[in-house]
Amino acid sequence: MSFTRRGVVTLAASALLLAGCGSGESEAPAASGSAAAAEEKVTVEWWHIQNIEPMAPVWDAMAKEYMAAHPNVTIKVTPLENEAFKAKMTTVAQSGESPDIYQTWGGGVLQQQADAGIAKDITADIAPWADTITPAAAAAYKLDGKTYGVPYDIGMVGFWYNKALFTKAGITAPPATWTEFIEDVKKLKAAGITPLSLAGKAKWPGHYYWAYLAMRVAGLDALKQAAASKSFENPDFITAGQKLKELSDLKPFQNGFLGANYDTPDGQAATMGNSKAAMELMGQWAPTVQKDTSKDLGEDLGFFPFPMVEGGKGSATDAFGGGGGFAVGADAPPAAVDFLKFILSPENHRKEIGTGAILPVIKGTEDAVSSRTGKMVAETLAQATDFQLYLDQAYPPAVGQQVNDSVAELIAGTKSPEEIVKAITETAQSE
Amino acid sequence: MTIVLFLLPAIVLFALLVLAPIALATYSSVFKWNGFGLFPTNFIGLDNFTRLLGDEIFLGDLSRGLVLIVFSVLIQLPLALAIALLLNQRMRGRAVYRLIFFMPYVLSEVITAVLFTMILSPERGLANELLGLIGLEELESTFLSEPSTVMYSLFIVMTWKYFGFHMILYLAGRQSIPNELLEAAQIDGATTWKVFRHVTLPLMGPTIRITIFLSVIGTIQLFDMVYVLTGGGPVHASETMGVTMYEFGFKRFQVGYASAISVVMFLLSLVFAIGYQRFVMRRDTEGAITNMRGKR
Repeated sequence: MSFTRRGVVTLAASALLLAGCGSGESEAPAASGSAAAAEEKVTVEWWHIQNIEPMAPVWDAMAKEYMAAHPNVTIKVTPLENEAFKAKMTTVAQSGESPDIYQTWGGGVLQQQADAGIAKDITADIAPWADTITPAAAAAYKLDGKTYGVPYDIGMVGFWYNKALFTKAGITAPPATWTEFIEDVKKLKAAGITPLSLAGKAKWPGHYYWAYLAMRVAGLDALKQAAASKSFENPDFITAGQKLKELSDLKPFQNGFLGANYDTPDGQAATMGNSKAAMELMGQWAPTVQKDTSKDLGEDLGFFPFPMVEGGKGSATDAFGGGGGFAVGADAPPAAVDFLKFILSPENHRKEIGTGAILPVIKGTEDAVSSRTGKMVAETLAQATDFQLYLDQAYPPAVGQQVNDSVAELIAGTKSPEEIVKAITETAQSE
Repeated sequence: MTIVLFLLPAIVLFALLVLAPIALATYSSVFKWNGFGLFPTNFIGLDNFTRLLGDEIFLGDLSRGLVLIVFSVLIQLPLALAIALLLNQRMRGRAVYRLIFFMPYVLSEVITAVLFTMILSPERGLANELLGLIGLEELESTFLSEPSTVMYSLFIVMTWKYFGFHMILYLAGRQSIPNELLEAAQIDGATTWKVFRHVTLPLMGPTIRITIFLSVIGTIQLFDMVYVLTGGGPVHASETMGVTMYEFGFKRFQVGYASAISVVMFLLSLVFAIGYQRFVMRRDTEGAITNMRGKR
């Protein structure tokens, strides 16, 4: 308890300090007059979450390069771990201050930040180069026709599977329909192989299953409609839950999955990398994390899109996922947007893609994808007919977290498909 | 005047770091607020509190807290007392044992939790490996992943971390008992049990009462260890008030509701602290208070 309290105080104190510095700088040029605007010294505060290899050094190098070309601009780079970033962002948001450039996933969270006047409407600022960004990637950051952020990465969720284990269970081709998928799960179980690896403690990986099933059964429009009308009381969502229950009743997950994390040495990714499970439903980063936490499956690792559900309203080519983007703080200097333009120039974007951790969001850079797994995701994504952002990002945070929580309860067997739809609706209405 | 001057720094710090957050949380708790902007605006009265009383997760937090308190008082504290009394005997390496048993308390809660997520991991954890080695495979378990066993696992980790602290308090309490009293009882023919029951235990009363107090308050505020160890899961089976508060405040951005939880935690601690001091620790604090009055 005391640990957290101290942390919060430190954060608050540093936020105060930052606020102090910020206002001091913005007053100085006003006094010296706008004639010297070109030489004006500005500091751009940049918070990103690529705090580890391979992206961290790439961002650092780009910041240095930009500063060398623009001596009046200082870019203060703060790499943060994902969860730490979210907690820190909450704290500074309460003071009404935000960094000049910061990580965003778009959707409902960005909407809240825009409503609170923390994120800046950059529609006009990026207009000259806005159409270099692929529309599917840009969609999550456009809210009510205004753009509040730009993407640097895009990807999708799908099944990563271990070809060797599939062969061992006598499965020749990846399943295309839900019925085939369930059959394959049964075959794997019969062969003594754990069909699926899942991080139950983290909750977000579980919500992928329900989200995809809801997309396949009810369709994308139903999900958008539900958020708008604040009601998930749609029989199709209950059907989606029943399909998931049908799966979880087969006990397809690894031993102790309810307590498993995603990227720890005994987590979902490692279980997959160590060939202890045949499949995981995960985003484009899955191969990287498998390699980091356990072993690289190499050629044995395959990718197939989430199977279609017979009689469903959604298309088998509708993709689900998200990427990463940068939002611009309300009080950010123009240099912030200019820097975003710099890191998203085709030439620089190719460098980012070259790390293997990022997939293209700029038109004409698709050929820079070099890794085999990256290509598989990029190809499937290129054929996508429609795109749904992660539900825990697309919806307001409370609703998104409730989806995660409820789906976890459904998978654990403590709640029924009807109950979770009701719980999500209640939360949506309390917002 | 000088008194005021010398008290000022402490009072300012206390007001800024203790009173102000309490006031702010209480204020936010009657608003529907997502935490953005300087101050909340959407006043909803006591709605957050009525919602709290109908929230099955929060009610679960209360009953789980109660279970942990009962376990702590009935198992953890007696264990600490027994070990303290054992380590009070003359024996070889006594100081080393005391040091070893006290060591877990020095670790931070987060480190303890990370350590135990590794030890209790189902596939490659130390606990299951050891059970397998000594031929107790049937006891192998997914300790932290099973809603039915997670509370026991959590309690074991809590005990491992905190019994050393209580043990040291008991040791100090035991050593403050003059040996003459124990000798006199023995000369009068009291058995070991009778000496313990009628001399040692009553004289250690103040220490025991204070450890119960610390244990209960600590359990009400339990957060760090649970959050890292289980995240409150699986499916809320080990969630505490602190974890629920964090989930709502920092993940769901319902800061008003999270503040209401923190206010309830504060009130529970406050009521317990005042009640306990008033009724249970009355005799222990009496001396201190009369002394102060006497001097004034």
